[in-house]
Amino acid sequence: MTTSAFRRHLVSRVMTVLVVILSFTAVLALVLILGNLIAKGASSIDWAFFTKSPVPAGQTGGGVANAIVGTGIIVGVAALIGVPIGVGAGMYLAEYGSGRLGFLVRFIADVLNGTPSIVVGIVGWTFIVKPTSHFSALAGSVALAILMIPMLARTTEEMVRLVPNSLREAALALGYPRWRTSLKVVARTALGGIVTGCLVGIARIAGETAPLLFTALGNLNFTVNVSQPMQTLSLQIYVYATGPFDEWHRLAWASALVLMGLVLVISLTARWVTRQRYGRIR
Amino acid sequence: MVASANTRLRLETAHLTALFGQHRAVRNVSLLFPANTVTAIIGPSGCGKSTLLRCLNRMHELTPGASVDGAVLLDDVNIYAEDVNPVELRRRIGMVFQRPTPFPTMSIYDNVATGLKVNGRKPRRELDDAVSQALQQAALWEEVKDRLHTSALDLSGGQQQRLCIARAVAPQPEILLLDEPTASLDPAGTQRIEELCHALKRLYTIVIVTHNMQQAARVSDYTAFMYLGSLIEVGRTDEIFTKPKVEQTEAYITGRFG
Repeated sequence: MTTSAFRRHLVSRVMTVLVVILSFTAVLALVLILGNLIAKGASSIDWAFFTKSPVPAGQTGGGVANAIVGTGIIVGVAALIGVPIGVGAGMYLAEYGSGRLGFLVRFIADVLNGTPSIVVGIVGWTFIVKPTSHFSALAGSVALAILMIPMLARTTEEMVRLVPNSLREAALALGYPRWRTSLKVVARTALGGIVTGCLVGIARIAGETAPLLFTALGNLNFTVNVSQPMQTLSLQIYVYATGPFDEWHRLAWASALVLMGLVLVISLTARWVTRQRYGRIR
Repeated sequence: MVASANTRLRLETAHLTALFGQHRAVRNVSLLFPANTVTAIIGPSGCGKSTLLRCLNRMHELTPGASVDGAVLLDDVNIYAEDVNPVELRRRIGMVFQRPTPFPTMSIYDNVATGLKVNGRKPRRELDDAVSQALQQAALWEEVKDRLHTSALDLSGGQQQRLCIARAVAPQPEILLLDEPTASLDPAGTQRIEELCHALKRLYTIVIVTHNMQQAARVSDYTAFMYLGSLIEVGRTDEIFTKPKVEQTEAYITGRFG
């Protein structure tokens, strides 16, 4: 082997090893977080954890059933509000948004995307909590929806833009009206990507705390009434982790583990949906 | 163009100019497409032949900045008149593109049926008959009749292109526009499509754009030669290829330019 060939070989080897190390470092963060959560939280997870509401401070036992149900309701309502608006806006941007209005909507979505989530919480407080003089789960849902909409609009737009223009033309040449082309051919072709975007968006907002501090507030009792303050896992973690009791710390770890697991499940579902849909498209 | 007296006129362009912004891609073209014939449009890349074709079913105007001047007459009615709905017009004029474009989310059956459904709901049996008829016309029926409800993407490229032809003919259009339909096919697939042209002209008026001169000679009754957006010469295919009247046509078909 000549010296230059040897050198090239060596550089290639060093680079490969370097890249592998960096990849592992990136994954390491997730492994450390999950490992830590499991080590500190798993032992506290039992039947009561999922079925009971918190007991008064200082006592042992109780669970976070109120927070689990609350997370489901608040995130669910946020998705009901945010998904239609976000996906609709994304469809508009991709299919019709080439003009000035499209530019404006895209710009606003990008600014909203970069807005700190605590600011969105203050917006929810100003426009819903203050006028109704009531903290409520609904206000929390609206705040989360506001966070979600620009995310969904941009991912939907990107997914819809991936649909080749030849398909649009083929549909139009068959005598499809424009709106039907967008819905029946373009949106259906991009559906896997759009659903994935929605799930990733839901996973994102499921872990949000800041926008809920001024809106849903938190509630130590079990409730399904969206006009009342409501607990979520993230709020529960915030309160318990900063509280003075060991019992609370224990529950906070367990709640964090459950929340992390929830987000992981949603993300994996998103992965799975993408594979189901796009596996077929060459 | 000389058309025999009993040939019903179907389609005609009159001083048609197609623009992209200020650029004139098609310049003042007047051309007849007699009924139940195959007319080939040939010419070097960028000569405006595809643009001309896309003017015939008003697909051209969908490109941002595109516009049209002059007229396209379908049975003496200008399709660019105010009261003509382009969406309904396109249901009367089928189109097949350069690359196969099956709808990826639809089965073979649904790909063919979708052009019928867009015209309003139809009874299942009527759809079944129309789908099998269209697939037979496109010479694809025997290959797919046992898997009508599988994905259209599982078909080969040539089969996909014949599926697109079936999709285009299922709503029984009056005119069939083919935009280099064999550009992405192998010789066997090309031959099948060319045979189809012969078979289908009994039912439809066909306009085919091609940059393959042998193909034009094989499939068409009339050939129009375009260069730089203008119509240079048009006539019976055998005459164009054996004794062209214009110097440029001869240069092109003998391969001296283009």
